[in-house]
Amino acid sequence: MDKNKQPKIQIVNLSKVFGRSPKKMLQLVQQGMDKNELLTKHRHVLALDNINMELKEHSIEVIMGLSGSGKSTLIRHINRLIAPTAGEVLVDGENVCNMSAGQLRRFRQQKTAMVFQNFALLPHRTVIDNISFGLQIQGKSDTQIKRSSYYWLERVGLAGYEKNYPAQLSGGMQQRVGLARALACDADILMMDEAFSALDPLIRSDMQDVLLELQRELKKTIVFITHDLDEALKIGDRVAILNQGQLIQQGSADNILLHPADDYVRRFVADVNRTGVLRARSIMDSQLQTSPDFSNTVVVQEDDTVREVLHSMLSADSYNALVTNQSGKTVGRIDSEMLAAAVNN
Amino acid sequence: MSWSEFPSMSRADLRSLRKSIDESFRNFTQEYGESLERFFDPLLEFLIFSERLLLSTPWPIMIAICAALAFLASRSWKIVVGVILAFTLIGYLGMWQDTMRTLSIITVCTIVAIAIGIPIGIAMARSNKLQALISPILDVMQTMPSFVYLIPVVMLLGIGKVPGLIAVIIYALPPIVRLTNLGIRQVDPDVIEAADAYGCSGWQKLVNIQMPLALPSIFAGVNQTIMMSLSMVVIASMIGVKGLGQPVLKAITNQYFSMGLLNGFAIVAIAIIFDRVSQQYGRRIQQHRQGDHNG
Repeated sequence: MDKNKQPKIQIVNLSKVFGRSPKKMLQLVQQGMDKNELLTKHRHVLALDNINMELKEHSIEVIMGLSGSGKSTLIRHINRLIAPTAGEVLVDGENVCNMSAGQLRRFRQQKTAMVFQNFALLPHRTVIDNISFGLQIQGKSDTQIKRSSYYWLERVGLAGYEKNYPAQLSGGMQQRVGLARALACDADILMMDEAFSALDPLIRSDMQDVLLELQRELKKTIVFITHDLDEALKIGDRVAILNQGQLIQQGSADNILLHPADDYVRRFVADVNRTGVLRARSIMDSQLQTSPDFSNTVVVQEDDTVREVLHSMLSADSYNALVTNQSGKTVGRIDSEMLAAAVNN
Repeated sequence: MSWSEFPSMSRADLRSLRKSIDESFRNFTQEYGESLERFFDPLLEFLIFSERLLLSTPWPIMIAICAALAFLASRSWKIVVGVILAFTLIGYLGMWQDTMRTLSIITVCTIVAIAIGIPIGIAMARSNKLQALISPILDVMQTMPSFVYLIPVVMLLGIGKVPGLIAVIIYALPPIVRLTNLGIRQVDPDVIEAADAYGCSGWQKLVNIQMPLALPSIFAGVNQTIMMSLSMVVIASMIGVKGLGQPVLKAITNQYFSMGLLNGFAIVAIAIIFDRVSQQYGRRIQQHRQGDHNG
């Protein structure tokens, strides 16, 4: 990742107060009033409290929090479905908050596409006409709309269902339509608001795999909202944790598991099954680059999960693993004690 | 002072109040009556045209057209047979011409009510202020006894087809306005949010989402409008609207029991046909709501 490049989306000092006179209430907050006092004394809700955050291009950025944490409010600021009380949202360096109504429409048509928790499909339109909705709004030609919608219909695995109505499909299939509708727009930014939360666990896991597979090829900037930490750690290149409208921590899955910023995050990650999330890179000792003089040492990749490392070591009846990077160079070593520590942490 | 008698205005004051209102309205009538009449001329021509069209079409073709329309809308053979039977019976009992006149005025009234009512309903759905303003007006239109607003209409436009039509429209317009408004307001906010997120303009949202999803509700409004205009034909006949209402009126004043009954049944038959056909049609356009997995 290129450090000099500007992030795709920059959120600067963003605050949002819901209520009758949000600007006035925000001043009280800035003078030190807390969220609960604001609610009980003034009946205003502080949904987002001075959020600063950068979201990188071509990666899956997860924003995680429980209900009421402000995550859905936050994602709606990116395409200004909700306008901020204070602060800025910059997409490709352009301030979304200053756009005129026409500019905003074009921005939403071309730069962003959104997938919703409750699917929000158009019930009166067939699957294929739902997929073509964004393209139709963009004013694309009929042949282009048709070509593109049928392509995405097939990519999400719904070929043959094009003439069905959403009500005739299962939840998982409906969300595939939602995903196809978003991808057909060919926007840089894909916004997913709890997109898989309404699905049952097996289907959810399927959809996560579909998304990861598509992302390997598409390299979009995906902003993914979820309340499910396992989901966040599975698909996120980085995870941002929101609590009570404040950004608590943002970092890679390993980073959050190994270095939780505060007690809230620590409690959160306590129940996570680490072996499927932590990668060899994060638990290895990079000082030790040579194998001690034992006969059976296995070689693992730095991107392998702890579970995979464990499996390799057990099947070779070995206590040591050398970790290599993609070009085959040895970058560190893991022994059974490090493994045990990582699992028990 | 006794509490049993309400301290009302003095009789003289009341009389002068009514007099001044009447006078100013009469002045208004004299001043603008003619130009108002001219304003409604196109409506009169439309009415005369449609009546002539229905009356001059040979009856077998008329029945065939009605049956075909009923089939197109409802796709139900039962309803088609009902339509043919009803019209044959009406013709055989000597009410063909009056029935055609009534059909003509109902058709014109429905078209005008749709043309006026749907835009008003849309405007109402877009603005809470407008809704607060129009709702009480609709209440008045629906509950004010029709004889009351017949008076000024007749004063302004005299007796004839157009005032009759206006009276019918005033009575029949509220349901379509209300149900258009309701239908649009009931569209799932999630779907509206999705439309916004994909960059829809207000017009694109209206055409692609709000109107199609409000259609069943709007259709119920059209159905109500037709029913209410049918129920007004007898009252409208008092100010010179020809059709099935006039024989009923004659029957009331002369105590012709069978004449009233037959014409009354003709009105009922038309109402049932309109109702069943439009309900079936309304059901068909909602097919997407069925969760059946075979398409």
